[in-house]
Amino acid sequence: MVDVDLSLVNWSRAQFALTAMYHWIFVPLTLGLSFLCAMFESIYVRTGDEKWKALTRFWMTLFGINFAIGVATGIILEFQFGTNWSNYSWMVGDIFGAPLAIEGIFAFFLEATFFAVMFFGWNRVSKGFHLFSTWMVAIGSNLSALWILVANAWMQNPVGMAFNPETARFEMENFWAVLFSPVAMSKFTHATSSGFLLASLFVITISSWYLLKGRHMEMAKKSIVVASVFGLLASAYVGFTGDEAAFENAQKQPMKLAAFEGLYKGEQNAGLVAAGIINSAKKPGDSQSPFLFEVKLPGLLSLLANRAPGSFVPGIDDLVYGNKEQKVMGVAEKMKLGQQAVADLATFKQARKDKNENAAKDALARFTANREFLGYGYLSTPEEAVPPVSTVFYSFHIMVILGSFFPVLFLAYLFYTFKGRIAEVRWLLPVGISSYFLGLVAQQMGWIVAEVGRQPWAIQGLLPVKVATTNLAVGHVQATFFMFLGLFTLLLIAEIKIMLKQISIGPEGL
Amino acid sequence: MIANLDYGTLQQIWWILCSVVGSLFLFLTFVQGGNTLLWQVAKNDVESALVMNSLGRKWEITFTTLVLFGGALFAAFPKFYATSFGGAYWVWMLILFTFIVQAVSYEYRKKPNNFLGAKVYELFLLINGIVGVLLIGAAVGTFFTGSNFTLNAYNQVTWTHPLRGLEAAFSLFNLSLGLFLVFNARVLGAMYLLNNINFSAMDAFEARLRRAVWINFLCALPFLLYVLVSLLLMQGFSVDATGVVTMVANKYLLNLLAMPLVLGLLLVGLVLVILAVLGTAFKGSSKGIWLAGLGTVLVGLAVFFTAGFNHTPFYPSKADLQSSLTIFNASSSVYTLTAMTYVALGIPFVLAYVAYVWRQMDSQKLAAHEVMNDEAY
Repeated sequence: MVDVDLSLVNWSRAQFALTAMYHWIFVPLTLGLSFLCAMFESIYVRTGDEKWKALTRFWMTLFGINFAIGVATGIILEFQFGTNWSNYSWMVGDIFGAPLAIEGIFAFFLEATFFAVMFFGWNRVSKGFHLFSTWMVAIGSNLSALWILVANAWMQNPVGMAFNPETARFEMENFWAVLFSPVAMSKFTHATSSGFLLASLFVITISSWYLLKGRHMEMAKKSIVVASVFGLLASAYVGFTGDEAAFENAQKQPMKLAAFEGLYKGEQNAGLVAAGIINSAKKPGDSQSPFLFEVKLPGLLSLLANRAPGSFVPGIDDLVYGNKEQKVMGVAEKMKLGQQAVADLATFKQARKDKNENAAKDALARFTANREFLGYGYLSTPEEAVPPVSTVFYSFHIMVILGSFFPVLFLAYLFYTFKGRIAEVRWLLPVGISSYFLGLVAQQMGWIVAEVGRQPWAIQGLLPVKVATTNLAVGHVQATFFMFLGLFTLLLIAEIKIMLKQISIGPEGL
Repeated sequence: MIANLDYGTLQQIWWILCSVVGSLFLFLTFVQGGNTLLWQVAKNDVESALVMNSLGRKWEITFTTLVLFGGALFAAFPKFYATSFGGAYWVWMLILFTFIVQAVSYEYRKKPNNFLGAKVYELFLLINGIVGVLLIGAAVGTFFTGSNFTLNAYNQVTWTHPLRGLEAAFSLFNLSLGLFLVFNARVLGAMYLLNNINFSAMDAFEARLRRAVWINFLCALPFLLYVLVSLLLMQGFSVDATGVVTMVANKYLLNLLAMPLVLGLLLVGLVLVILAVLGTAFKGSSKGIWLAGLGTVLVGLAVFFTAGFNHTPFYPSKADLQSSLTIFNASSSVYTLTAMTYVALGIPFVLAYVAYVWRQMDSQKLAAHEVMNDEAY
């Protein structure tokens, strides 16, 4: 295999993180606002009330501004797998490429085709066809999320495939297993419902600002009703799917779960850390306490992680060094088997090249016995299998705390709306104005948990990121990193300025 | 039936499908070509707005087709995806940058408080139309001229040229193909605008577009001729039954002679483009985009088929002939290709609704009164 330049790996990761995080500023809003626009327009079509049409067009204008930069920041993500992760692309392209292609065929075309009708078809197509187009944009956006999240979920939980030593790559064996893996389903439902939630917060934020300023009051109140109901339902679903995602983490990525709970020593009847301050000096295997301060809810982690009260939840130390009593194989042991697999694969390849079939057969048999540990053969130390604990811990807890706050906010908005006093609750409106930004933080934190939490793996347990990169001089990646940083920041500033201007202009006639 | 297809057939089907998507993209570069015409054909705000709004209603289809082209290559030929995108880093990165800036430009150009000013967004579109298309042409040219890479036993790519793919643009053949595509996109762009805009009381605007069709065709011609003559005369890359790659004289001429259907596609495609240009420039036709579009697709198919079929490595390596990629050694597994072939059954449905919606939206030509409001591009 190639020599590893860790600086290249880290810059490649930084670039992917940069572009993905920029992209995810805009995508969840697209996912949710598209449905909200479709709901607003449905009310307009049902009632024939022109005010609902003006309201729909206003939110659509903001949707369009966000959508454009979402598309702009998205194209690089698809191609970046090739440009910066070419070893990854070759090794798993047989599985990973399919959802991306399907996303293009079935989701992007739906979005792209009906987007033009949604924005320019008001006077060109019938009212019904226009509404249909708006729904198609919403469905297309969310379908695209399905396929990319299926692809991402496969990286977290590689199923439906096998390593083919002849081609030295992973190959698909069961498409349905890839599509319907529980991790894919929980990831899709969690990510899209969090998008619905964020879009609801977006509507709440802008509408609250109007109410505070005493402008566009009717539109703001109408928008708040729809957004609060949608947001409340979405919040509940986000909670439900979040629980499902954590359960899947516990089963498929126990190291990630241990990291986001800061759990070093596995426990039976393990407690859930509600809040805490991580001891940054703590290292795997040492005797220091993981926390400087913690608030723990007894027994809850065992229940949530395994859905079995009192069950054992492995900690980082158990996963790194093994725990025979609980039948947890440690990374150190897996590394030995992985190194054997790497060596046997090399022997097999050489024997094939030398046309020595007997030697190839023997090497293949040895390789097959250990192939599930192949990825561990590339790790340098057992501790390398531990993700950055404090980053993952804080990201997870910030996400959960914010996620618990949003339903309360939606309930408050609904309560005061039905009391007919929403415009007068001066303490609530500033909270509402800040809510979209809190939602954005929660979104970013969620992806940090998902992606930093699975380090050092590109494919969980099978392919470390350091083996997945393109063989490039680091200067190339540094150059493109700063080009992306500069360009995306420029476009973000433009987007924010345009968005603010449109908000200050407001809807026509409302 | 699909389940019974053998591996070789599936690989060929997927090369055809990728070629169709790639060729459709070449047709849809009328958006990029149209972008570059803005300064030349639009002489006032109304005309500029008509050009921007006409193209702005189609850009996403072109963009999506490019994304699908990438996705289809990833799914069907992952070794190409890994080798080319990872190896020719800068050529692909620059292409992507031009499409990133394009994606916001229609929406943001006329919006108040847009930070960069309308001219910068128009410049972004110009860059996309010229640099983006030129580099795509140069990248396609490497299907015939070869690239500078080697693959190791684990198929990991090492690029042997310090320019990481940009060197492709310094080959006269690749550059000529790129420039041909730029001018062809401009021809298509002018034809599309002629088809899509209501020119009542704007005769001069219409005349400028018709002139642009002819002038850009004349500009494209020398590059097209150079590419065609070179293609027929050049040494090409050939792979034998055992997988050994060698250089063969007049390989691509031999390919065309060995595959008369492909030769037919090329000739018919060229004739259709020429007929469309003549009809649009001199006969007052506004339907040229369909004829020239079909012609471009046929020429595109001929190019991709010549590059990939008849024992030809479609992504050859100059640095190490034996690292060259063929549709047989670069493809996904038989399982994935089979699964994706089932998926591809949905493509006609997608094409049908795209055509239906396009027809619905374009049944009335775009008029000046529609593009001079706050919501227009």
